[in-house]
Amino acid sequence: MSARRATAGRGEAKLTVEAVHKSFGDVVVLRGIDLTVATSEVISLIGASGSGKSTLLRCINLLEPVDDGRILLDGVDVSVPGTDPTPVRRRIGMVFQTYNLFPHMSVLENVTLAPRKVLGRPKKEAERAALALLERFGLADKATSYPDRCSGGQQQRAAIVRALAMEPEVMLLDEITSALDPELVGEVLDVVRELKANGMTMLLATHEMAFAREISDRVCFLDAGRIVEEGPPAQLFDQPQHARTQQFLHRVIDSGRL
Amino acid sequence: MVTGAGASAPAPAASGLTRRQQFERRQRRRSTLIAALSMTLTVVALVVLVPRAPRWDRVKASFFDAEVFRDSFPRLLDAFVLDIKIFLWSAPCILVIGLALAVTRNTRSPALFPLRAFGALYTDVMRGVPVILWMYLIGFGVPGLGLERPWNSPLLWGSVALVMTYSAYVAEVFRAGIDSIHESQRAAARSLGLTTTQTMRHVVLPQAVRRMVPPLMNDLVSLQKDVALVSLIGPIEILRQAGIDKAKFANFTPYVAAALIFLAVTIPLTRFTDHLLARDRRRTSASAVR
Repeated sequence: MSARRATAGRGEAKLTVEAVHKSFGDVVVLRGIDLTVATSEVISLIGASGSGKSTLLRCINLLEPVDDGRILLDGVDVSVPGTDPTPVRRRIGMVFQTYNLFPHMSVLENVTLAPRKVLGRPKKEAERAALALLERFGLADKATSYPDRCSGGQQQRAAIVRALAMEPEVMLLDEITSALDPELVGEVLDVVRELKANGMTMLLATHEMAFAREISDRVCFLDAGRIVEEGPPAQLFDQPQHARTQQFLHRVIDSGRL
Repeated sequence: MVTGAGASAPAPAASGLTRRQQFERRQRRRSTLIAALSMTLTVVALVVLVPRAPRWDRVKASFFDAEVFRDSFPRLLDAFVLDIKIFLWSAPCILVIGLALAVTRNTRSPALFPLRAFGALYTDVMRGVPVILWMYLIGFGVPGLGLERPWNSPLLWGSVALVMTYSAYVAEVFRAGIDSIHESQRAAARSLGLTTTQTMRHVVLPQAVRRMVPPLMNDLVSLQKDVALVSLIGPIEILRQAGIDKAKFANFTPYVAAALIFLAVTIPLTRFTDHLLARDRRRTSASAVR
């Protein structure tokens, strides 16, 4: 897996989303999403609640089957109905708004579960790797703690480490700071900064506009299941072209979040 | 619980207690007084009123005969060992079959449809008929096939009847427990690349089992009592022994003695269940709302 990542140079399409449609019953959530994420690129998805950001991420991780369209990972269509999603998910890490740590396991057990059970790593080896990761993100002293003994920021960082332990090629971050107290947001965003510095390919849904502006190579504005506008953060935030984007950014500025 | 709270409270009273603590102490004393008073009244009423019933003497003689009690108690205790044995070998079977049924009903694979349908039908049929009827049907029906020893033992088929009915009850408890684990936990596990089986085994079940302990204990307490139904098809366990002694002495005291022996087991079990429930509640909600 790491070999594959090494050979893929920056700029190559890592992940391609083509004309993806998704409905839940009568509710149409995605109405044809096209998006290409290059290796080591960081893309932010912004937009109002219900615009389809989370659903898009869940579709990419195959947690939700797409109704129409394709999702390509390294040029291979992984969204063919009937394909086993498990091997694809191993290559894509996902972090959720509500952390979703396993409450009956210590932080260390949370992080080592997948490497041991999915990759078949011996316990000792998985723990050594997990401890190194926890150390790197300032969680070494929390390794034996249970999630409910950790702050929200620590839990979310642990959830990121849990995803990283599978050495994913792409990380999907679904509003990972939305459930956090304001003073804890910073520590989680620092983790994302470090990931970017290490060349991780990332797709993040976020309401943190200042952060999206700082970290993204490109920003996509979603509205009613479509990518209405996309571009470099400076352009999208300073000279939004589309009326819907302008409207949304005005509302955000008014609420003091940019 | 309250140690140390007084030190940081603003302007503690002379007694060293906060205003809240003083109030709670007054409340506690009042509650204790009222409880003691009403308890005394109830006991007095029972002691005074019950013996005034017209036939109290005859009831006392036929239900509370000390002589009969002393004579039959050791025999009943011996017979109760069989009840405990039936309980001890039935309970593990019930838990295993119940879990298997619940997991089966949660699968999605089309190949397992017959199993799923069978699981649903099984729980419906088993839960829909009184235990006592299954006891008769299985306990008399199967040995009636003319099987060789030991396969014609009523003890065996009585236990089978208990296992079959109770595994259906327990399966529903397991299923509710599995369903109570939030979808986000499955999503997290699946996003890490765990298979559905691994997700069930390592993420869902360990959490579900914790929630299921109190209701499972409830079912086990019921089972402990329903073991006595095996007496209907022959084996001499405590209820049957009590019936024999009743006939021997022409006195109902053995039934009272049997009831006391059951209580000696079920009350601690019930208390233990309540303790687990209370602990669970304390854990899930920070403080009880009055």
